[in-house]
Amino acid sequence: MTQQLDTFLRESPSQTAGPYVHIGCTPNFAGIDIYGGDLGSAMKTGPVQGTEIKIRGAVFDGMGTPLRDAMIEIWQPDAAGLFPSANETRGTADPNFTGWGRSPGNMDTGEFTFETVKPGAVPFPDGRMQAPHITAWVVARGINIGLHTRIYFDDESEANAADPILTRLEHQNRIPTLLAKKQADGTYRFDIHLQGPNETVFFDI
Amino acid sequence: MSAEQAPKQGDYIPRDRAWQPDALTPLYKTSVKRSPQAALLSFPTTLSEETSPVFGHTLLGDLDNDLIHNFATAGESAIGPRIIVHGRVMDENGRGVPSALIEAWQANAGGRYRHKKESYLAALDPNFGGCGRTITGEDGSYEFRTIMPGPYPWPNGMNDWRPAHIHFSLFGHGFAQRLITQMYFQGDPLIPLCPIVGVLKSKEAVDALTAPLDMNRTVPMDSLAYKFDMVLRGRRQTYFENRKDGM
Repeated sequence: MTQQLDTFLRESPSQTAGPYVHIGCTPNFAGIDIYGGDLGSAMKTGPVQGTEIKIRGAVFDGMGTPLRDAMIEIWQPDAAGLFPSANETRGTADPNFTGWGRSPGNMDTGEFTFETVKPGAVPFPDGRMQAPHITAWVVARGINIGLHTRIYFDDESEANAADPILTRLEHQNRIPTLLAKKQADGTYRFDIHLQGPNETVFFDI
Repeated sequence: MSAEQAPKQGDYIPRDRAWQPDALTPLYKTSVKRSPQAALLSFPTTLSEETSPVFGHTLLGDLDNDLIHNFATAGESAIGPRIIVHGRVMDENGRGVPSALIEAWQANAGGRYRHKKESYLAALDPNFGGCGRTITGEDGSYEFRTIMPGPYPWPNGMNDWRPAHIHFSLFGHGFAQRLITQMYFQGDPLIPLCPIVGVLKSKEAVDALTAPLDMNRTVPMDSLAYKFDMVLRGRRQTYFENRKDGM
């Protein structure tokens, strides 16, 4: 036996968000008129700095079927690379930008849309710059613990090639699963594949 | 101890994947085609995961944490055994997490959710929406008032039932802490039979999600009470800065 370490609690075990996550997190979308609106439905609260972008996508299961009961959240810095967070110590973020978006996806197609700004670059802990990216988190029925991934941009090839995390990927041929692809209409497309040959890279962070 | 020697907030303590449920849990059938098969890519948290959106107390309406009344017609209330669910949100270091947004959702007393895609034959309660939210106080404490949710059958095996439960979604101070979980009730005989509870890897993990009856917090002639603490990831304390490249 040894001395006891300082108080150390175990993280609460995760459980699936289940089929009715929308009741709790986007109740107005689920048909419950409450709170005066759903949190995370708008990331811009006024005129914002930087380039405004739109990201569309869907979450697919291992059979290629889009999930219609998922919830996707994104979290990102503003165009200058500053987070609208109490923990941001490097400066003050754009006051008209929340940095956080939440989408239940379309009830019939499962497609989600985020209207946001192109994020600025943020440093890695060792000081190197990371490529511009957005953190994404996916929960749904059948997902026992929320899945973290990142949205990088296919029009940032120079920054992507130097990114401390992308360069660490053993299977470099999986990088495209982390890239939002610019479309002819100027929007970005980012599909998430839970499994299969195009399985998205998910992170243990 | 000088300020220079004071410990700094380090990165988040890695998630214990041996304790948390696996992605693929075949007895919970929906997980089979919704579970990633490649290994997760592990790396220490960065600013992207160590920051999180801010939700102020001004966000909240007076009844947001009162599911008995927040969807009810004025003067009426939801049907079912009245309960208080309270506890603290803490981090792995045992500190209370203040200003944490908690969102809750649950079935009504008959086991029926208010949702377009819900087809269980139990009746809807016109005075019950099934959702609530609150933000923790300075010590991480929170409280909801609600009704006891009913158990219900679900399509998985031929005759699977969910024990009574409440879903909780939690935000801490870093996006790395983001968590969704479920609370079960002490003594429910359906707990050991449920394939979703069954994804938990140990009796200790099931116990960690089972709220005891808390007679000290009951309101006589009004409500029973259950106590449910939740734990989010903590940050490492360090006296050393991260080393620069090559050092």
